[in-house]
Amino acid sequence: MTDFVYLDNSATTPVAEEVRQAMAPYHSVDFGNASSLHSFGRRAHRAIEESRAEIAELLAVRPDEILFTSGATEADNLAILGTAFATEDHRHIVTSKTEHHAVLHSVAWLETRGFEVTRLDPDGTGRIDPQQVRDAIRSDTLLVSIMAGNNEIGTLQPIETIGAICRERGVLFHTDAVQAYGKIDLPIENVDLLSISAHKLHGPKGVGCLFVRNGVRLVPLFHGGGHEKGRRSGTENVPGIVGLAAASRIAFRDRAEVTRRMAAYRERLIDGVGRLRGTRLNGHRTMCLPHIVNFSFQGIEGESLVMKLDEHGIAVSTGSACSSPNLEPSHVLVAIGVPLSMAHGSLRVSAGRQTTGKEIDRFLEVLPHVVEELRRMSPFKVGG
Amino acid sequence: MYTEKVIEHFRAPHNMGRLQDYSAIGKVGNIVCGDVMWLYIKVVQDDRGRDVIADISWETFGCTAAIATSSMVSDLAKGKTIEEAISLTNQDVARELGGLPPIKMHCSALAADALNEAIHEYLTQKGKEIPPALQERHERIAKEVAALEKRYQAFLEKETH
Repeated sequence: MTDFVYLDNSATTPVAEEVRQAMAPYHSVDFGNASSLHSFGRRAHRAIEESRAEIAELLAVRPDEILFTSGATEADNLAILGTAFATEDHRHIVTSKTEHHAVLHSVAWLETRGFEVTRLDPDGTGRIDPQQVRDAIRSDTLLVSIMAGNNEIGTLQPIETIGAICRERGVLFHTDAVQAYGKIDLPIENVDLLSISAHKLHGPKGVGCLFVRNGVRLVPLFHGGGHEKGRRSGTENVPGIVGLAAASRIAFRDRAEVTRRMAAYRERLIDGVGRLRGTRLNGHRTMCLPHIVNFSFQGIEGESLVMKLDEHGIAVSTGSACSSPNLEPSHVLVAIGVPLSMAHGSLRVSAGRQTTGKEIDRFLEVLPHVVEELRRMSPFKVGG
Repeated sequence: MYTEKVIEHFRAPHNMGRLQDYSAIGKVGNIVCGDVMWLYIKVVQDDRGRDVIADISWETFGCTAAIATSSMVSDLAKGKTIEEAISLTNQDVARELGGLPPIKMHCSALAADALNEAIHEYLTQKGKEIPPALQERHERIAKEVAALEKRYQAFLEKETH
């Protein structure tokens, strides 16, 4: 067996060495509680505020508009539940069917509390037409939540136009930017709330942040010591926050070079997989994140495809029903109209900054053999 | 999540493929639901005149567990008399694999069902008496297929177009 090939960077990424080094002192040297008065506390506090300022600068927003959380799931929950409970006369939310579960399950829970939700249908590539948002907004709509780039198929949403519509109609606009942050230019002029996660960007797990535009009213989910201006109590994860800032810094610094490489890998993958019989590309050909590509393979099932590739040291993921805890195929693939038989045979390949052309080559070299091996087992023969 | 035994069968499955001269075939599952298993049996009479599964093979579209249970059920049924094979259950298949994750137990049920259906088809073909337990399972399987098809009707219609 040759070296491991890790192409599941949309699930999580390795912590970059620079990030690890930036975090290191905050575990056991500058370990203070940022709320403490003494020098230990002041150093921790300074680290948090410097991190906040750094992220704000990268996003071109104000530092006090950055609120640290335990990750993007909390950021999404806080954005949605926090704004929903901050108003009494607005009870309607607009979102899409391809959102992350952190958004979809949050709005579904709000439905059980008397809120109403409109879930927009994407087109066959996963795109939402801004006109759909315009048509869905009602007089009692409080929030529109549409992700920037999809985590399964990579399709980008027109968040600039959607944000402009929301602004014009006086509705808050939240976007889950977990996969897009640090990868593409994010036009956030008309975004009111934006979720970010560190571990998708070579930072540590368990930390993220929510951009909250000044003036947006937010009810906290966590009550306690009044951290983050009372909007998110709980002792700050200082090493994590420093790690998020460091990961953001290197992502923005190296973005042009890294995303150029990723886009080239994506083209090679689309070309290589496209040469195999009975395959399809899921998502948009060009309006997409550079690092995510999703395919379906006729006649085989995705979980066994992932396991076969794993035998060869290759890590990827699938939206197959067999790999999900509820035995339902990926809601994203179903929403974009991928036939169920093809949704079962889906494969997501996602690159990180450490991904090499050799890894892509190795994947493309092993894949045809594995696909053929599984197709030989299958009762469904794939025609020429 | 999977036992070593499951992985072993998945990596190098036994009796995989389509038998040239099979006596009967058991088809279970539905591609829309994610698992399909076709089980082929070749039945011959032994010197005491009993029906014996002399050869067996399968073709499966499904996850790791579905492939491993296909392999295991073929191992367990091979060389058995029809009478012995009828008494094989999904619990036997799962146990021989060192257990399956709870959410994957339906894969072992699929394997046992495929064997049941192949035997049912063989006995029907030959005009032989069908044991009540086998018939009962056959009817249960048919009912489940109908229920699944109803549940996934919209998807099935879309896919046949």
